[in-house]
Amino acid sequence: MAIDIDKANQTTVERMMSARPILKGVARAKDVIPGMKPNLLLHAGPPIEWARMSGPLRGAVIGALILEGLAKDEKQAVKMVEAGEVEFDPCHHHQTVGPMAGVTSSSMMVYELDNVTHGNKAYSNLNEGYGKVLRYGAYSEDVLAKLRWMNEEMGPLLAEALATTEGIDIRALLSESLHMGDEGHNRNKAGSILYTAKLAPLLAKVSKKADTLSEILKFLGDNALSVLNPVMAACKAMADAGHGIEGSTVVTTMARNGTDFGLRVSGMGDQWFTAPAEVPDGLYFPGYTSADANRDIGDSTITETAGIGAFAMAAAPAIVTFVSGTPQDAINATLEMYEITTAEHAAFTIPQLDFRGTPTGIDIRKVVEFGITPRVNTGIAHKEAGVGQVGAGLVRPPMKIFEDALVAFAEKYKL
Amino acid sequence: MILKTQIRAGTYFDSVVLMHLQRSLAGLPGVDDAGVVMATPANQELLAEFELLSDEGKAAGADDMLIVVRAETEQAAAQAIAQVDDLLKKRRSNVATEFRPHSLDGATKQLPQAEFVLISVPGRYAAGVAEQALELGKHVFLYSDNVEIADEIRLKEKGRAMGRLVMGPDCGTAILNGVGLGFANRVRRGDIGVVAASGTGLQAVTAGIHNLGGGVSQAFGTGGRDLKTDVGGTTALMALNVLARDDGTKVIVLVSKPPAAAVAARLLGAAQAMGKPVVVQFIGYPPPGRQVGNLHFAASLHEAAETALALAGNAEGAKVTEPRQGYLRGLFSGGTLAYEMMLGVQATLAPLYSNTPISADQKLDDVFTSKGHTIIDLGEDDFTQGRLHPMMDNDLRLRRLKEELEDPETGLILLDVVLGEGAHPDPASELAPAIAAGHKQRKDVEFVALVVGTDEDPQGLDKQVEQLESAGARIFRTTAGAVEYASRRLARPPEMMGTAVELGAFQRPLAAINVGLESFYESLKGQGAEAVHVDWRPPAGGNEKLMGILARLKTTANG
Repeated sequence: MAIDIDKANQTTVERMMSARPILKGVARAKDVIPGMKPNLLLHAGPPIEWARMSGPLRGAVIGALILEGLAKDEKQAVKMVEAGEVEFDPCHHHQTVGPMAGVTSSSMMVYELDNVTHGNKAYSNLNEGYGKVLRYGAYSEDVLAKLRWMNEEMGPLLAEALATTEGIDIRALLSESLHMGDEGHNRNKAGSILYTAKLAPLLAKVSKKADTLSEILKFLGDNALSVLNPVMAACKAMADAGHGIEGSTVVTTMARNGTDFGLRVSGMGDQWFTAPAEVPDGLYFPGYTSADANRDIGDSTITETAGIGAFAMAAAPAIVTFVSGTPQDAINATLEMYEITTAEHAAFTIPQLDFRGTPTGIDIRKVVEFGITPRVNTGIAHKEAGVGQVGAGLVRPPMKIFEDALVAFAEKYKL
Repeated sequence: MILKTQIRAGTYFDSVVLMHLQRSLAGLPGVDDAGVVMATPANQELLAEFELLSDEGKAAGADDMLIVVRAETEQAAAQAIAQVDDLLKKRRSNVATEFRPHSLDGATKQLPQAEFVLISVPGRYAAGVAEQALELGKHVFLYSDNVEIADEIRLKEKGRAMGRLVMGPDCGTAILNGVGLGFANRVRRGDIGVVAASGTGLQAVTAGIHNLGGGVSQAFGTGGRDLKTDVGGTTALMALNVLARDDGTKVIVLVSKPPAAAVAARLLGAAQAMGKPVVVQFIGYPPPGRQVGNLHFAASLHEAAETALALAGNAEGAKVTEPRQGYLRGLFSGGTLAYEMMLGVQATLAPLYSNTPISADQKLDDVFTSKGHTIIDLGEDDFTQGRLHPMMDNDLRLRRLKEELEDPETGLILLDVVLGEGAHPDPASELAPAIAAGHKQRKDVEFVALVVGTDEDPQGLDKQVEQLESAGARIFRTTAGAVEYASRRLARPPEMMGTAVELGAFQRPLAAINVGLESFYESLKGQGAEAVHVDWRPPAGGNEKLMGILARLKTTANG
């Protein structure tokens, strides 16, 4: 069989860039996510078993089991898991992504996105905001109460509101927010405001209770991460559109489960390449240091996979401190990523770089050749369940997974 | 412990800036912990958890910047808070460093106007980088050594086909568009162009030109192996061609350690055809004379600079003699004259053969049959056994002359005519009719006679010359004259295969990409040139297995 890697990669990135993910609705996970069932918990990153799960992921698992009413408390939840009554599977195996622990259970409300160009779908849970939240492994009563409110009050109203429209074009929203100081991963301030502004009139139209509407709008508007989850699902829809191209060396998944960093490559089917995740290098909230940090966690690296996040760092001068300080450093961060990518994004452009398209489509060949791993902007989780976010910063995947993927690619294609 | 709070109402900074500031404050002497936040309820809660929230702090609102320092003493806390503005300012004054790409591709996008790539990476990687630079359409300055000669030949062939110069490998210096590359002296710009297969030779000549008050248009290094037989002078020929067409260049200096004879001949052949004076200094290589047409042979590097300067001051275009087809056939009666003739023409005529060769590769295997350019000493034992010396008996030469006329490759027949006591009483009476007949037989063959004698010689100098001239021979009275004529008539510029180098690259301000030694980049910037430095690392960290895979996965592959 003859393969043309460059051509295959071009196909991959063209599909990724022409994908147009539209937020169509909000629905229960069990009703829409393929293969979803009551005793199945989806989690961020590559496959992992309970014994190797880190604190925040374990906490989120316990919280989800209690939320689902499968366990009444932590003790029972752990017992169930240890008895093998709970199944685990990566979100990525179910067209889904979730930030941090990414734990998604059957009764949770999830965003539903359609890639109207290629017809594939993607899903993501709803964002809980800051503070003590399930995605960082918290499962106290107030955390669960908020989740119940999201699933029973906000989620259904969002579903009703979205049902009245053709949906919200998340790619277009991202294009705009990149021009407003967002990079789409760690900074979604502008995007979340745009998102809230789009939803507000729709919600107002279907709402029957002013108080609930007010609560929902405040919740969405105050949370600078409101749009992160639909953005991640949109990136997942774009990356999936480029997955499975024979002979392509472009990365279509980067994800972490708090223990391992996992990688998948378009031309390598569903094979994961994994290695221990790093501890992010970052800035910490008052009272915390890197000693408190968990290993890198979350599916949010789907943003970098799709050509935004740290790859669009030049667009987000407000958070340049992550890259040591100056707007020039932010520009350098993006310029560095051009060296390991295949294309410049057709829809996502950076004003600071004279509207150059963002670096898109990580080529494992270039990563290995130049010794440059992708940059990832990330939140930092406390290593103990339930404490929450302790900082934010920069992390890179281990080089080993790219080298392993390259060797496996050469073997698969007998090169 | 003292808790000190400062509120800056209505001051907004992104949380990342504040986190950074908080980290700096916490690191100050005497400070136990610090918090810098926008005073939202969530952030206030966070501060409270770490006992960083005073009553003052509680009163702050979401639009206020809240600075809290917990310190051992009041003084330490006050000093820390006093530094907030400095810390914010310091962050802003951080020197922004320009991005350093890791790949040539990235560098090209960053500085698209760059037309030159300087390469000084370890030899085993150098050819790969050079090849990539050529593929990107750049001229290459290849400082690296330890590059295989096969790679050098391949790179230069590729460059020639594309009209791109490959200076090097092992090229230490060049001065392009007024900017020194590698090890170069600071010299003023001027009208003297230099091509050198020797780094310090180039430096000595360009420095000499400057010190004597002149200036340099372009100075090309070629790498020390360029004039070896295997490489064939590809870069030197291309560089000469650039200088020949460059209006800013009046005089050209060609410098090398002794080149291979055939390569020297090609180069000088090209130099002769260029319509500009060329000063040649092939160190240790026997010059054919002080001047052959537009070629001026210098005895030292400094003399090369002096001569170039004198010629530039006296600028008039050199006359170009239209070259003709065919080979030189010199049929000599005088051995030393033959030898001097050979010494002269070997610089420009190749291949050159003789029965009395200067170097072994010029040895004629069959002395009775000429090939290429041939100079025969008919006074040698091979010819004189059982007969008179050709100075007395023309028979042998007349027969050989006929044979040469039968050879379609013959272009110019040179005969020496030595007069004086003891010599043939009237050599012209035998030679002139043969020349006249030869003219009839072969209109495409020229005849030249080198006449050695005085007006008191018994044969009558004038009478001899007159007979030969009326038979159609061109007369020279010195070997030097004959050398110059033969070489101008017969030296052919080597065919310039490939694509001519576009002159534009040498008319715009120099912009270059540097891969390797950082000092070369700094030197370019110091001279005001636009440059990008590539943060080069061995591919795949030098891992052989991965490098092998990468090479196979480069573009298209069959599996």
